[in-house]
Amino acid sequence: MAHLENLVLCRESQVSTLQSLFGERHHFSFPSIFIYGHTASGKTYVTQTLLKTLELPHVFVNCVECFTLRLLLEQILNKLNHLSSSEDACPTHITCETFNDFVRLFKQVTKAESLKDQTVYIVLDKAEYLRDMEANLLPGFLRLQELTDRNVTVILLSEIVWEKFRPNTGCFEPFVLYFPDYSIGNLQKILSHDHPPEYSADFYAAYINILLGVFYTVCRDLKELRHLAVLNFPKYCEPVVKGEASERDTRKLWRNVEPHLKKAMQTVYLREISSSQWEKIQKDDTDPGQLKGLSAYTHVELPYYSKFILIAAYLASYNPARTDKRFFLKHHGKIKKTNFLKKHEKTSNHLLGPKPFPLDRLLAILYSIVDSRVAATANIFSQCLRCWVSDLQRPHGAPCSAECFLSCRRTFLPTAFLELPLITSLVTLQLLTLVGHDDQLDGPKYKCTVSLDFIRAIARGPPKTCLQTHKNRLTMSSH
Amino acid sequence: MATSSVSKGCFVFKPNFKKRKISVPIEDYFNKGKDESEDSKLRFETYHLIWQQMKCETQRLQEELNKNLFDSLIEFLQKSHSGFQKNSKDWGSQIKLREIPTAALVLDLKHFLQKLVSQLMDCCVDVESKEEESAQKKTHCSMDSLSSWYTNVTQKTDPKMPRKKRTSSQWQSPPVVLILKDMESFTTKVLQDFIIISSQHLHEFPLILIFGIATSPIIIHRLLPHAVSSLLCIELFQSLSCKEHLTTVLDKLLLTTQFPFKLSEKVLQILTNIFLYHDFSIQNFIKGLQLSLLEHFYSQPLSVLCCSLPEAKRRIHSLSDNQCENIRRLPSFRRYVEKQASEKQVALLTDERFLKEEAQSLLENLYVYHTNYFLVLRCLHQFTSSLPKYPLGRQIRELYCTCLEKNIWDSEEYASALQLLRMLAKDELMTILEKCFKVFKSSSEKQLGSTAKKIEELLAQFQSLDEAKEEEDTSGSHSKGLQKTDLYHLQKSLLEMKELRRTSKKQTKFEVLREKVVNFIDSLVREYLLPPDTQPLHEAVYFSAAHTLREHLNAAPRVALHTALNNPYYYLKNEALKSEEGCIPNVAPDICIAYKLHLECSRLINLVDWSEAFATVVTAAEKMDANSITSEERNEIIHARFIRAVSELELLGFIKPTKQKTDHVARLTWGGC
Repeated sequence: MAHLENLVLCRESQVSTLQSLFGERHHFSFPSIFIYGHTASGKTYVTQTLLKTLELPHVFVNCVECFTLRLLLEQILNKLNHLSSSEDACPTHITCETFNDFVRLFKQVTKAESLKDQTVYIVLDKAEYLRDMEANLLPGFLRLQELTDRNVTVILLSEIVWEKFRPNTGCFEPFVLYFPDYSIGNLQKILSHDHPPEYSADFYAAYINILLGVFYTVCRDLKELRHLAVLNFPKYCEPVVKGEASERDTRKLWRNVEPHLKKAMQTVYLREISSSQWEKIQKDDTDPGQLKGLSAYTHVELPYYSKFILIAAYLASYNPARTDKRFFLKHHGKIKKTNFLKKHEKTSNHLLGPKPFPLDRLLAILYSIVDSRVAATANIFSQCLRCWVSDLQRPHGAPCSAECFLSCRRTFLPTAFLELPLITSLVTLQLLTLVGHDDQLDGPKYKCTVSLDFIRAIARGPPKTCLQTHKNRLTMSSH
Repeated sequence: MATSSVSKGCFVFKPNFKKRKISVPIEDYFNKGKDESEDSKLRFETYHLIWQQMKCETQRLQEELNKNLFDSLIEFLQKSHSGFQKNSKDWGSQIKLREIPTAALVLDLKHFLQKLVSQLMDCCVDVESKEEESAQKKTHCSMDSLSSWYTNVTQKTDPKMPRKKRTSSQWQSPPVVLILKDMESFTTKVLQDFIIISSQHLHEFPLILIFGIATSPIIIHRLLPHAVSSLLCIELFQSLSCKEHLTTVLDKLLLTTQFPFKLSEKVLQILTNIFLYHDFSIQNFIKGLQLSLLEHFYSQPLSVLCCSLPEAKRRIHSLSDNQCENIRRLPSFRRYVEKQASEKQVALLTDERFLKEEAQSLLENLYVYHTNYFLVLRCLHQFTSSLPKYPLGRQIRELYCTCLEKNIWDSEEYASALQLLRMLAKDELMTILEKCFKVFKSSSEKQLGSTAKKIEELLAQFQSLDEAKEEEDTSGSHSKGLQKTDLYHLQKSLLEMKELRRTSKKQTKFEVLREKVVNFIDSLVREYLLPPDTQPLHEAVYFSAAHTLREHLNAAPRVALHTALNNPYYYLKNEALKSEEGCIPNVAPDICIAYKLHLECSRLINLVDWSEAFATVVTAAEKMDANSITSEERNEIIHARFIRAVSELELLGFIKPTKQKTDHVARLTWGGC
């Protein structure tokens, strides 16, 4: 037991609860146990170490991998089969399609000598994926003991509370066990636990203390913290290695490493630059400012008309449709100064987020903002045709082209037809999103998902007139 | 085809694989039903040859352009592999590729993995050539089976190829590289799950991910939550901007004498416009180029002469009488003839041999013209590309287009460019001259050798100016102040200078020299940058049928539809359908009649009126043989025809039903296109 305590830190109460639930080897245990807690709160680790150190027969399955029922069930059965048969005998592969088969086969497999008279544990990690599978699966696993009439316990691990699992039809209630988040003291203890052998534990603990001081406010994920600790430790040791400071000289060491850690928070933690690049910077001692992060590359090059479509989409998304006439028509008549904007419209549209707009509105705005000099129609139209042709030639016609084809032909032949390929390409680039169902062919609605800064950058590009003439429209919509 | 089914429905029939292929040799398509004399076979062969050369060149070019990217990528792959042993993170990488996304949508994780497994196993079969697990493939697509397959393969190869292992020992367990093109179009859930799974299996299945991203890298953070992206170790590689790519392609394919084939201004404009305005796709651009090449050889009989100079000279000798007649018919050749003395005119128009000899020398002239043309063009580009506001364009392709179109020296932009050149500072001028010198030096042609010498002289004069400079610094001071500034200041200083010149006409030595340089380049331009249509026989190498190209690449279906409905004769070629502009031929297809009638309506169309108008038009056609059936029956038939025509129009998207008024439909198009 002392061995187990060394392996599992700060989870004493949970371990003892589990141990008392498991009981002796031959005892029947609780049919199903549901363990939940945040990311990196030790659920998987505790369960796994417990089962391993106690040498209990168990199967560990990650539900992310098993995207079909069959894969899940077969994996459990085959692993069990491995457990029951002796090492050198190569067990045959079991195939299993339904839960019914599973129960039958499970009985057969656990008949084996080595699995008799002891509890078999089935651990299902990331159990929330079970909810998306067949409806009978979860209730079935929860009462597997009863169904198979064998000494078996199913342990479900999840980050989601049990209440969100409970099916409407009701089911067997599992034993629910909560793993609380680690406190800062716990984190300190756990992180200090894996100190490198060449340095003393105190030295490493002091380092962890500094690390937590910087990162604890933004990140409590143990895995992430551990990763950061390993990554930045060489920098902390640097003065010691160079002989500039002793291990006890904590103040000096702190001064050395603190700005470095802060920089790491802005870059590595956000995955702006990769950890290997960070290590390289550390080694070469160069200024990390030179290395551009991912978000530094914000510039997107788009063809001329795509730019205009995007700008038009932005305007359509953020301006109320009522105002179109005023902004985009040359002779829009008199504007009533009073009560031009309704009360709810006085809040900034940018706070409210983009609104869906129909395609023809986008096109109307597009034609009003594109320089009239450019005869848009023929070119873009042909673009569309070429899209069709290439799509139709492809053996498996892409769904978007079919949609394009139908909606063009049915409703939008006159105008919309022309821009659709460009628009669909913008949708696939995730600059616009299609609102509503994909199968709504008549009158699709879109939303513009790019930010004002992005649009400004686009508008600042080569067709300069665009920004100048439509600046007020953009600002109009932004106040 | 018949089915045994009793019910109505759609049935799928697989096509019969009977051999009905009538294979026509491709070159026969070049015949156009005319006689053989126009060298159709030869033309096709020439086309094929030139296209192969161009294709090779583009491939080489693309390889070269992406070399940097590939090198760093390969370095990354090797480096990251060595990291596998000690690091337990997923190594992902990312390149920025400029591609127009194809809708390669992966539906779910199952298919994703299935594809992955089958592709991997397939590629392995190539390597091993004796894998026998094809039966098992589809059934087991889990990460487990993948990793067991991987260990299998790596273990298998190890004893088999001990020699190879020794040479590259670090590739003991080679990483599996997975390239995801168009990352944006993947379903996020699939991607997330896949990354989670593979990071769990990383120790037994070394995986490197390469994401192709068409927008900006922030998309990674948008697609993947932090929990997933923290499993990746991302490095960024950026490929060349597609505009630069276009510039290089143009430079190597068109602005050179290596390939005899040339594009006229309009064609080039169409191709670049499609590129810049619509798709940013080099591939499409090259496809367009290929199409114009093909079209040129297909439609122009004299394109046989579009080949290397010695070959073309040889071919002239064997030209048929017909082809000689074709030469005489060329507008450029006729213009040339008109300028000759009368005896020579007669000889050119009657004597085949004389004509052939003359054509040879003309072709030679054309070749020389091109060599000089591109040299001077590049030289001029050096001068104009650094001017403020770029009066003649920043890219050489813009300059090239203007030069192709007309006499460039007649344009206002050219005049303003020259004026700006007259304001350049000395060091700028010298660097430009040096660049020009290099341009001329790089060519082996002798014609412009003297020009290179001239530039050298000018450079030397500038240098000698340095020594003389110290002595006179009274008037030299203001020219120094005219460094690169904005247009407003330049114009202002220009005015000032004029003022100055009027008052004291004395110029510094530098100014004299600068004037000399500008005049020199001006004379070069006037001499060599003549538009190609001034050259006799240019039709043989220039493809100018912009309208056909536009029809193919930039077709206008809406216009075509309107034409078909408005003027059915255009497509049906039935003499009965021929009609004057504006009136409806009553024998036209029903849909055409309905369409024409609907053009006259406003936004809402009354169906009853429309139907009556339709009936009037149709009955006018049938009056002669109407007596055979009763009028009621006939009315019913007409009514049915009308309904069919209307529903066809609705299907095509010209009208739609409306709830605003009963018995009305709404029009969706405006104007006559």
